[in-house]
Amino acid sequence: MKAWDAIIIGGGHNGLVNACYLQRAGLDVLVVEKNDWVGGAATSRELTPGFLYSNCSYVCSLFRPEIMRDLELPRFGLQVISYEGGAVFTRDGDYLANYRDHDAHRREFARFSRRDAEAYDRYARDVTRQCRFIQPLLMRTAPDPTSFRPRDIGELLYLGKKFAGLSAEEMALTLRFWTISISDFLDEYFETDVIKANFALSGIIGTALGPMSPGTAYVLLHHYMGEVDGSVGAWGYARGGMGAVTRALTASFKASGGTIRTGAEVDHVLVGRGKAKGVVLAGGEEIYGKLVVSNADVKRTFLKLVEEKELPDIFLRRVKNFKIRGSSGKVNIALDSLPEFPALPKDSPVYRGDMHFTDSMERMERAYDDWKAGRWSADPFLDMVIPTTLDPTMAPSGKHFMSCFVQYAPPKVSGRDWTDADRDGFAESVIAQIAEYSPGFRDRIVHMEVRTPREIEAEVGLSEGNIFQGELTFDQLLFNRPVPGYAQYRSPVGGLYMCGSSTHPGGGVMGAPGRNAAAEILRDLAKSTSHMSPAHDVI
Amino acid sequence: MAQATRKKPTSKAADPIVSARITAQSHFRTLRFGTPFQPRIDALAKTQDWYNWAGYRAPYSLWDEELEYFAIRSQAALFDISPMTKYRVEGPGAEAFLDRVTLRDVTKLKPGRVHYTAWCDDEGFVLDDGTLFRLSPTRFRLCSQERHLPWLLDSAIGFEVTVEEETEAVAGLALQGPTSFAVLRDAGFIGIEKLKAFDLAEFEHDGATLTISRTGFTGDLGYELFFSADQALSLWDRLMTAGEPRGIRAIGYTALNRARLEAGLIVANADFTTAEHAIRADRLRMPDEIGLGFMVDAEKDHFNGRRAILEARARRKLRHVLVGLEIEGNIPAEHAIVYCKKSQEVGLVSAAMWSPMAKRNIAIASLARPYGDTMVEDLWVEIYAMRELQYQKLMKRAKVVQRPFIKLDRRTANPPADF
Repeated sequence: MKAWDAIIIGGGHNGLVNACYLQRAGLDVLVVEKNDWVGGAATSRELTPGFLYSNCSYVCSLFRPEIMRDLELPRFGLQVISYEGGAVFTRDGDYLANYRDHDAHRREFARFSRRDAEAYDRYARDVTRQCRFIQPLLMRTAPDPTSFRPRDIGELLYLGKKFAGLSAEEMALTLRFWTISISDFLDEYFETDVIKANFALSGIIGTALGPMSPGTAYVLLHHYMGEVDGSVGAWGYARGGMGAVTRALTASFKASGGTIRTGAEVDHVLVGRGKAKGVVLAGGEEIYGKLVVSNADVKRTFLKLVEEKELPDIFLRRVKNFKIRGSSGKVNIALDSLPEFPALPKDSPVYRGDMHFTDSMERMERAYDDWKAGRWSADPFLDMVIPTTLDPTMAPSGKHFMSCFVQYAPPKVSGRDWTDADRDGFAESVIAQIAEYSPGFRDRIVHMEVRTPREIEAEVGLSEGNIFQGELTFDQLLFNRPVPGYAQYRSPVGGLYMCGSSTHPGGGVMGAPGRNAAAEILRDLAKSTSHMSPAHDVI
Repeated sequence: MAQATRKKPTSKAADPIVSARITAQSHFRTLRFGTPFQPRIDALAKTQDWYNWAGYRAPYSLWDEELEYFAIRSQAALFDISPMTKYRVEGPGAEAFLDRVTLRDVTKLKPGRVHYTAWCDDEGFVLDDGTLFRLSPTRFRLCSQERHLPWLLDSAIGFEVTVEEETEAVAGLALQGPTSFAVLRDAGFIGIEKLKAFDLAEFEHDGATLTISRTGFTGDLGYELFFSADQALSLWDRLMTAGEPRGIRAIGYTALNRARLEAGLIVANADFTTAEHAIRADRLRMPDEIGLGFMVDAEKDHFNGRRAILEARARRKLRHVLVGLEIEGNIPAEHAIVYCKKSQEVGLVSAAMWSPMAKRNIAIASLARPYGDTMVEDLWVEIYAMRELQYQKLMKRAKVVQRPFIKLDRRTANPPADF
């Protein structure tokens, strides 16, 4: 019976990145995917005729350019269209926009506060400094501080040296940044509520924390580390929807000889004498492999796919305690025409960017209060985009696809599972909010897909619907991600690796976990990694 | 479920603050604003050679950058300085406030006088340099390159003072060159001859007040005029008409930049990086490191950065020095690396040109101490001169010299000469 060199469980973007790198290193790689399509959370699906839905992830920025280059993704069709800005609508009939042009940005802020308008440069300087500190760490395996291997000591020294290279003031700022709330952080720069709310949203997206919870400043940083064609911090739409990312990865993988099986759900990992030997599919079919790599999150991998008896107790307990709380949902909408927002001039570039309605820190925190009480937010936070304003390939001419990322949505409603009625109520909270700012909005809706954490877990496979495969809080980062002692993509089971967003450096369509895991696997196999570009220098 | 009441967004409100804010939305259609003089400048802009000056469309040149430079040195040149950041600082505590914010002793700045100054953050790193105009005992105008409202407002806590940004409301013109005095006199500004260098006085134009100071950025005889933006065009016309016999010409930044280099003046974020924009911590500079040490008044009471600056001096922790260089030959050394003994890298040229006035090849450079400070021998610059797709690599001897590179008696002569 054939034994593959490597079997990848899950065809999400990290699984595919991992598979591409291993296949290009000369391994014979099989990707098994439970759905009838690949992509995981990065998909474009035609849920109603003529409309392509980016129905889970919806914008692109974090994907590492080094990986795009190594895997030739532009050649395999990936195009990212960056957008110009976005806005928060205010309840007095106005909006606060973000523009790419520095002076337009300042003038826009000055409409609300001249002081805050002139505070932006210092804010941008400080955030940029922190990004520059962290960015080089994304594409390196985190050191194990308990190990005395020369490599770990070397990596720790690298980290220490980078930290020591900071001035005393920067060191203090770094430590604060990694621990404080986004609300406290913004208070040091700005005084206007809507301006703070405008920045704070990056601190809560995908996180079961409110803007006043410690640790949310780091989440903001995580969202700022992206780039589109060298323009750092820029966000864009993948042409053809987010599925274009995984479609290009699939094409790259197949071009190098890789194999994908869809509709193949893994029931469990075959383990013998403490070593992974393959996978068993839901139908009972056994597939053998010399090593197994899981793109599933750490909970799904070790609590569902591996038998408990194969795992050390402390590891198991830490996996169980890993924070992977669902906090968000999605409402994806097909529209028969472009919605109008009377507050927004018709020629505003904001139509092509990200739009929000939460114009105060208080509202954002109150939305989180509902989550804590086990309810979806009555007045939710929305990150809303209409990618068809820049990408006509996703909808019939004149019609539009709108993606609404919605926060907060708890993994369970008042302690019980979501029901269809709950889901409809959740959708109504979203539609009602949009309709308040866009008269006639309901009449434009052709079709709608509503995804609560229940649907995201069941359909995408993300535990509790957490988009990052685990919270990006400092206790779960670097050498503590996903659990201490296992931050280097290996697991207690020999030959079983992790490559999903549960691992360093975490979630978002970044590809770094998949790539870093491939580097570790090839190291174990004593194979060359010369086809893997090192992280670009930050100078 | 979902029981909290939701506040409805209101329609475009009657609230005047909100409606003013909504009216201002349209700025997104014009990324580069015109200044109050734009109609006149556009009419003269034969080269259509623009750059972005703090969000304004400003000319690099208007018709010929070489001849525009000579207008400064031989006739009178009119340069629009409206985009410069301006703050109005007013109140009984204005003097004490500015004394606390800036490096120089503001109690010595008398009403009707102007001085060149700088200000630092708490670590003693330079936030910006600029000019401070004392319009009355309790009213000042601070002009700068970058924007500092949060810094100024935070520093104002505890002082009886108001700080307002007035960049858009106040138009500014620089009239520079040997015939500039005569132009103003012929335009009817009676008493202009009384202004000594760094004096300012109020004059009348169209029934309104304008401020003229004998200041400038060229090292030449020259004046700066500040007045309400809505009077800009009639003032421009008055100067151009009166100046015609004296050869007045409008100019762009390239010409002005040459004149300022000859005058040995530095430009923020060209010759040094301002503290609020420096991403890399080692790019921060103390006043002594960019040639502004003379401003630091150690005798006066606390000012922002005082402790750090005095400590750096006492502990000899100043790591850089900004110097004027005279370089052999006539090839400009723009952004050239400075070496000691042709081998050890010791600094970088930030601005360089062949000076038509000094007939010398001049430059401003930042060096790592002790080079340029106590060690000034055997310095060289490596010039990569691109000539028809080939670098001509030149290693030229550089000598540290005093700034300004040119000193013109007419700049300070009293009364100013009638050229």
